[in-house]
Amino acid sequence: MSSTSLAIKNITMQFGGIKAIDDLSFDVQDNQIYGLIGPNGAGKTTIFNIITGNYKPTSGDVEFQQETITETKPNLVVQKGIARTFQNIRLFKSMSVLDNILIGFHNHTSYSYLEAIFRFPRYFWQEKRIKDEAMMILDEFDLRKFADKKATDLSYGDQRKVEIARAIATKPSLLLLDEPAAGMNPSETEDLSNVIHKIKKDFDLTVLLIEHDMKFVNNMCDMVTVLDYGEKIFEGKPADAIVNEKVITAYLGDFTHA
Amino acid sequence: MDLSTFLQQLVNGISLGSMYALIAIGYTMVYGTLRLINFAHGDIMMVGAFLVYLAVAVGLPFPVAVLVAIAGSMAVGVMTDKIAYKPLRDAPKISLLITAIGISFFLENLFNVLFGGVPKAFPAPGYLTISFKLGDVILPLMVIVIPVITVLILGAVLWVLFKTKYGMAIRALAFDIPTVKLMGINADYIISIVFALGSALAAIGGIFYAISYPSIDPLMGVIVGLKAFAAAVLGGIGSVTGAVLGGFILGFTEIFVVALFPELGGYKDAFAFFFLILVLLFKPTGIMGKDLERGRF
Amino acid sequence: MKNLIIKTLMIASTLGLIWYAHHNMDPYPLSILNNIGIFVILALSYNLINGVTGQFSLEPNGFVAIGAYMTAIFLIPTETKIDMYALVDPAPIILEMQANFLPALLAGGLASTFIAFMISVPVFRVRGDYLAIVTLGFGFIIKIFAMNTPAYTNGAMGLNDIPDYANFLWIGTIGLVTFVAMINIINSRFGRAMKAIRDDEDAATAMGVNTYWIKTLAFMTSAFFEGVGGGLLASFISTIAPDQFTFLLTFQLLIIIVLGGLGSMTGTLVATILVMGGMEWLRFLDSNMNIFGYDTGAHPGMRMVVFAMLLITMMLFARKGLFGDRELTDIIKSRFKRRKS
Repeated sequence: MSSTSLAIKNITMQFGGIKAIDDLSFDVQDNQIYGLIGPNGAGKTTIFNIITGNYKPTSGDVEFQQETITETKPNLVVQKGIARTFQNIRLFKSMSVLDNILIGFHNHTSYSYLEAIFRFPRYFWQEKRIKDEAMMILDEFDLRKFADKKATDLSYGDQRKVEIARAIATKPSLLLLDEPAAGMNPSETEDLSNVIHKIKKDFDLTVLLIEHDMKFVNNMCDMVTVLDYGEKIFEGKPADAIVNEKVITAYLGDFTHA
Repeated sequence: MDLSTFLQQLVNGISLGSMYALIAIGYTMVYGTLRLINFAHGDIMMVGAFLVYLAVAVGLPFPVAVLVAIAGSMAVGVMTDKIAYKPLRDAPKISLLITAIGISFFLENLFNVLFGGVPKAFPAPGYLTISFKLGDVILPLMVIVIPVITVLILGAVLWVLFKTKYGMAIRALAFDIPTVKLMGINADYIISIVFALGSALAAIGGIFYAISYPSIDPLMGVIVGLKAFAAAVLGGIGSVTGAVLGGFILGFTEIFVVALFPELGGYKDAFAFFFLILVLLFKPTGIMGKDLERGRF
Repeated sequence: MKNLIIKTLMIASTLGLIWYAHHNMDPYPLSILNNIGIFVILALSYNLINGVTGQFSLEPNGFVAIGAYMTAIFLIPTETKIDMYALVDPAPIILEMQANFLPALLAGGLASTFIAFMISVPVFRVRGDYLAIVTLGFGFIIKIFAMNTPAYTNGAMGLNDIPDYANFLWIGTIGLVTFVAMINIINSRFGRAMKAIRDDEDAATAMGVNTYWIKTLAFMTSAFFEGVGGGLLASFISTIAPDQFTFLLTFQLLIIIVLGGLGSMTGTLVATILVMGGMEWLRFLDSNMNIFGYDTGAHPGMRMVVFAMLLITMMLFARKGLFGDRELTDIIKSRFKRRKS
């Protein structure tokens, strides 16, 4: 019996007069790959920002592993085990791939500032430990060869992977992926879905991902919620979503708008 | 404090506040369009005062000298943008800020080299320095002239901003420069107008300042400029009426705090920063401002 | 292990050089070297907050002033103080403050650190250019306080007859300590978090970094070394007054870290030598010049015109400075690698 990883409870988010999210609820079970889909502007990223504590919802609550985290600060949400990626890749531009990953271990090292300045043994032990762990994560993504490269020198697809690897380094149990396949060519997308399945297994993760590519979602997700203008219009299996009339209208409507 | 002292301080406050307001408008307009704290703006005020000094020294009558100085300051303002800021439009904001500091330092030291660091007597003509006496209240002419001109200027600026096509372009720039460019508007031309306008107001403020405190020196713009910036933030940066409001609040505070607590006189120049810090702590958008720095998620 | 030995050897030989310079150099070049040493300390620590952490702030003159006054008050003998405070009688606590050189320097550093901690709340509520103006205001307020609290600072007259313990042994060694400390910070989880904040603060938060605390940590560290540097400065020039701690000081440091490359400690080292050496070399610009029999007269400020133009030119054409955000060792390494491949 699986238990609930993340519960979104009656979230409403208002920006000025505009309701970006309207009374939204859904549950993500442990070890699911859950898709949050919908046309552009449906409020998907807003939900991410609410989960990660960047936005405070107008009303409603976010529960993670039966604990309310609505008011928790973003950096503490990470420590509770929720990691995220961004829609437009946001790597640390001046840093190497390895250093990007090492940032993820920030809260998994405990040596103090003075221990760092005076180079106490704990500094050396912990730095060695996290470097080894970071290399293992890089292996998982087949990125070890780029460890010393500047993160921004990598190909787009590889940068995506670095961003996910960096999130993995925070040792999350729930991983939020914001349009991971955006801007990728079919072979990169294929590669990415394999990677997501693999890390889900290897790191025992629950994944909540945002997409508007229905095909990708269909291949990836166990469950989906479809949003349109901040409202839930469908929840269920992805195979049922693509034949649902409301969903089709929402998407086609989007095309005619575009 | 008896009534006549109060009235005396009130007119002083209005006059000082007007000067801050004039300079603050320039800060707020440049910040509104370019998101740049134009560090050199306070120095433009100094340039304005010195150009009057120079023009009078070569024999021009005072009113002509004022016009020459305003035009010269506008030219300096537009040139700083063209030479130093324009090439950096797409650079990190920090680079722009460092350049602005460089320009500020350049102007201060250039005038220091040209005119020396010793304060110079400002050649205000006699007809501007007369005072009236109303009961116990002494009213220097400038104390009346300055607020009146400030109000007229504010009206003119608001008219330009909200009633002309240039104003519409300026306000559009404040939202999104690339889009404005796509609309076929010459963004650089509009930005030049902003700098010209702001510099003209700064020069006028500087000349008022020089007449009221009849001496000028190359560093006179530093503190006044910073205070005017604080006033702009207090009023809500990006908002012209906010800048004027902030200028008046700051002017009144300085005058009245010192009048009520003379022992705090030495800290007068620090009030602006206490204000600044308080505003940023409790209402970072200022009194009239909108949130210019929303999250970028 | 090999790395550690090399580093130890480098530190030891630098100490040897400092010792040699202290004992064998003539007073004039040594005084220039002392000046450079103090500015190295100030610029390195300024670069930690501005370059490494990317929080563009303009307050070092304030922290240097706090350190300088604190150290000076601890060093000046009580009897001298009684005579020196001319405007008002010194506060009783001022007369009681007495310490040896090292504790006095540390007191200066810690006082700055404490103030940095206190002001970090308003300072780091804002980002970008607001941060710059708030910190600028802070540096300015410190000077106003120094002017207006004569019972502590002797007002505009300042403090003189500060015992000159600061020789090149002290300054050089503390400069080396500062450099090593900065490098060690940068290559730790704290330094990585600082750089992450510079690159993308929201993403750093998303990695679980408490960005507010890391920024405050960098700010306090910077303040500590600026305070210590201020103490050294006070003791080195043996007289201080509020006018020494104006924005000009911050401006000089800004030129140095921009020239060296924001974020590069070795760059700062090289740039300090260039800028301070250049200031010394360009001294003639400020004095009377005789060009074809025409006396130009003295032009105080001419050097600053030149340096302001240098800063603007650098921003327009060479924004990354000498080394960008890399260290000299990285540059040598990458050159070496390229040659091999």
